[in-house]
Amino acid sequence: MGLLSKKDANLIKDPLADNNPITIQVLGICSALAITAELKASVVMAIAVMFVLGLGNVVISAMRNIIPSKIRIIVQLIVVATLVIVVDQVLKAFAYPLSKTLSVFVGLIITNCIIMGRFEAFALGNGLWRSFLDGIGNSLGYGIILVIVGFFRELLGSGTLFGYPVFGDPIEKTGLYSFGYENNGFMIIPPAALIVVGIIIWVQRSRNPALVEEN
Amino acid sequence: MLEHIELFFRSIFIDNMVFAVFLGMCSYLAVSKKVATAVGLGAAVIFVLAVTVPLNWLLDRYLLQEGALSWLGPEYADYNLSFLSFILFIATIATMVQLVEIVVEKFSPSLYNSLGIFLPLIAVNCAILGGSLFMQSRQIETFGLAFNYGLSSGIGWFLAILAIAAIREKIRYSNVPAPLRGLGITFIITGLMGIGFQSFGGMLTGGDDAAEEAQETVHIEAPKEVKIETPTKEVTENNSEMDEKEISYNDVK
Repeated sequence: MGLLSKKDANLIKDPLADNNPITIQVLGICSALAITAELKASVVMAIAVMFVLGLGNVVISAMRNIIPSKIRIIVQLIVVATLVIVVDQVLKAFAYPLSKTLSVFVGLIITNCIIMGRFEAFALGNGLWRSFLDGIGNSLGYGIILVIVGFFRELLGSGTLFGYPVFGDPIEKTGLYSFGYENNGFMIIPPAALIVVGIIIWVQRSRNPALVEEN
Repeated sequence: MLEHIELFFRSIFIDNMVFAVFLGMCSYLAVSKKVATAVGLGAAVIFVLAVTVPLNWLLDRYLLQEGALSWLGPEYADYNLSFLSFILFIATIATMVQLVEIVVEKFSPSLYNSLGIFLPLIAVNCAILGGSLFMQSRQIETFGLAFNYGLSSGIGWFLAILAIAAIREKIRYSNVPAPLRGLGITFIITGLMGIGFQSFGGMLTGGDDAAEEAQETVHIEAPKEVKIETPTKEVTENNSEMDEKEISYNDVK
């Protein structure tokens, strides 16, 4: 990354692994779990959060010296809500079926703890460019978990990726299905998302024992 | 009356805030280490949901919906302000939480002490905004039902956090693999509890059908639950999976 100094590059790199918003900071779980049954929805959600968090961080950072600290939560909520309305309207206009799939979870980006968390912890104390990078980094970290969970749930649950069949046709018994492979319906039901995230946490903490909690 | 009872049990068990739609997971995971604090937060959530959902219902009905402004006069009947609902709902919630905090502090210091630190947290709890947004998308019809919905969703959330807090207090004495300790095992336990709660899916029979019909509906619903395991229907069914979920949110009577 020639463009970025080392310090700035870390703003993007850290949230991807050792300071991941979902698996380490435990923020923004709600939406991460509910919409990951399909890969497409996960990707769109990740992009939506990236837009809101990147732009929101910049706006808050630009206003950080004029926001009275007593009403900062309300100001932050208004900024997020405005950006989310933009996302929601764009989705409704250009990808209506998808916005039906995501249903209320687009609106729930407003209360996604990652967003408020980054505003409070970073944007209120840092300059525009660094806040922007921080927003992008954290939403990438959020997105990567979403995509991993969505990938496994859609692949194992429906045997498709982005809606295209990967293992062959389960009805015609072609491809992998001709050997007796079955889709795992368990991966489609909502609680499976929790278990997949639990396993991701398990893998991540096995690889980096420094992250292990006391209890 | 029956629809109230149905909505009540549906919101607590079938469409449980935590196990079915994953709302309020952040505070659910963060504040569930001890039963006492979990009870405090749970009570605060019930309280705030029961206040904000009916309020937002009024806003939705008389301000935001398509044609909602017709009470101002016929020339306003064409306005559809529903794109403003996010910002209005969250503003209502944030103000109500502040207001509730002030009122409770003034009139019941003991309650304030037990809820106190949790109230500000709640403004950004997804369960609260989610309650209002689901109320809107399920088109709940009357003010009473909206209040019922807020209250019972809150109770469902309360039950969930109480259960996980109790389990987490006990699991401290178990020999959990080190990388799973804390967050990881909590996720997996919640997943297992969610699977357990899915079995409530066949509990309600829908509307005021006779008991015999009710029996039948249960039978019809039961195979739906396991339908994913039948490979023949796989592809077509999976696409309709989300749609079906959507419908189940919408057809609350």
